[in-house]
Amino acid sequence: MKIILHIWRQRNCKDKGKMTRYEVPNVNQEMSFLEMLDVLNEDLILKNEEPVAFDHDCREGICGTCGCMVNGMAHGPLPGTTLCQLHMRHFKEGDELYLEPWRAAAFPVVKDLVVDRSAFDRIIAAGGYISVATGSAPDGNAVLVPKENAECSMDAAACIGCGACVAMCPNASAALFTGAKIAHLGLLPQGQPERDQRAIAMVAQARQELFGSCTNIGECEAVCPKEIKLEVIARMNGDFIRASLTGR
Amino acid sequence: MSAIAINPVYRVVRFYEAPIGKKAIMALTGVVLFGYVVAHLVGNLQIYGDPQQINKYAALLHNPATSGLLWGARIALLLAVVMHIVASIQLWKLKNDARPVAYVKKDDAAATYASRTMMWSGPIVAAFVIFHVLHLTVGAVVPLQEIAPNEPNVRANVIAGFSNPAISAFYILAIALLCIHLYHGLWSMFQSLGFSHPRYTPKLKKGAAIFAILIAIGNCSIPVAVMVGLVK
Repeated sequence: MKIILHIWRQRNCKDKGKMTRYEVPNVNQEMSFLEMLDVLNEDLILKNEEPVAFDHDCREGICGTCGCMVNGMAHGPLPGTTLCQLHMRHFKEGDELYLEPWRAAAFPVVKDLVVDRSAFDRIIAAGGYISVATGSAPDGNAVLVPKENAECSMDAAACIGCGACVAMCPNASAALFTGAKIAHLGLLPQGQPERDQRAIAMVAQARQELFGSCTNIGECEAVCPKEIKLEVIARMNGDFIRASLTGR
Repeated sequence: MSAIAINPVYRVVRFYEAPIGKKAIMALTGVVLFGYVVAHLVGNLQIYGDPQQINKYAALLHNPATSGLLWGARIALLLAVVMHIVASIQLWKLKNDARPVAYVKKDDAAATYASRTMMWSGPIVAAFVIFHVLHLTVGAVVPLQEIAPNEPNVRANVIAGFSNPAISAFYILAIALLCIHLYHGLWSMFQSLGFSHPRYTPKLKKGAAIFAILIAIGNCSIPVAVMVGLVK
C-alpha cells in the first residue's frame, strides 16, 4: 500500500525546521511503523537525500527510546503501544500521516524527530532512588511487602520514560512520569525513608525543567504505552502536599 | 526529612512555587466558591416561596447587627476568587512556556470538552459575576428598589432584571459555562488534593456531573420562570 508522510525536518536544534511531504509506495502491512521509516530512509539515501532521524533501540516496546506524534497522537492511534510496536496493518492505502517530534520546552529537538529527554534523567537524579546498605545480599523476604502495594508499585514501575505523556499533555506536564516514579518507590517499604524528600525534590526539578502543570485532563493516561493510570498523579500530589505540610 | 528546620516563609514559597501547590490552592478556593454557589442557589430558590419569603431572607442577610458577618463572608469570597484566578493565570503562563512550539496537527485522546475549556469558561463566568454584582447588589445597571434602608426588594429587582431578554440570555449562558466549569472542577479537586481510587473516582465524576447539572437547572429556572410569567 501507499502511505503519504508529512515529516518534521529540522537539521539541528538551531534550525527552524519545516514539514516535508514524502510518499512511501511499497508499504507491507506486516512492517512495523519504524520499518516503514527504514524503507523510506533507504530510498532517501539512494536518492542522495538526508535520511529522517528518529530514535529507536529495542524495537520491542520495552526500552522507551522510540516515539513521535502520528496525526497528533503520541505513538500513533493504537492505545497501549509504543511506535515500534505499531504495525502498518492499522493503516490503509493512501493514508496521510503527520509525524512530529515531542513538543515541549523541556524536550529540545536534536534533529528531525529526535528530542533530548535528559530533563527526565535530571528528575530521576533529584529523587528517583532509594538508599540501600551495600555489602552482602539481604535475606529474601526479609522485608514484607503487601501484595496490593507490590502490584500497584509494579504497575507504576512499568513506565519506560518515553515522554509520550509530556508530548500529549496540553500543558506539556511531566506529571504522569514524575508521579509514576514517586508511586513506584513510595509504595514499597524500601522507598519510605526518602518518601517526603523525594516528592518535594522531584516535583521541584520538574518545575525547574519547565514542564507544565497537570490539569487532570487525562491525555497522558490515554496514550501511555504502559497504560499508567492518573492515580499515580494523585499519589504524587498527596505525597507532595503531605510532605510540605508535615515536614519539620 | 532531616530535623534541620526550614524557614516557614521559605516552606510556603516552596509549596506555592510548585505547580502542585498552586493546584492545591485552586482546589481549596474552588471548594469555597462551590459552597457559595450552592448557598446562593438555596437563597435564590426562595423566590418560589411566599412572595415575601426572599425579601425576608435578604433583610436577614442585610441586618445591620450582623453586617460584620456579611462583610466577613464577602471578603473571604473575594479572597478566594482572587487566589483562584491568580493561580490559574500563573499556571496558564507556565503551560504556554512549557510548549513554545505548537503541533502542526494535534488530536485529543481523552480530554473532555469541560477540561479543555476551563480557561474559557472561567473568565466568562468571572465577567458575568462582576456584571451580576453591579446589576443586583450595587445597582449600577438599573436602579434597585428598596422596601426600606437595608431591606432590598429582591423579588422586584429580579423580576425587573430578568424581564430583559439580554440580561436573561447572558445569565443563562454564564450558568451553562459555570456548569461545565464545575463538572471538571468538582472531581478534579479531589485528584489535585491527592485522592484517586479506582472504585470511587468514576463515581466522583458522575456525581460531579449530576451536581453541576442540578445547579444549572436550579439557576436557569429563575430567569425562565420570570420570562414565562410564573414568577410575577
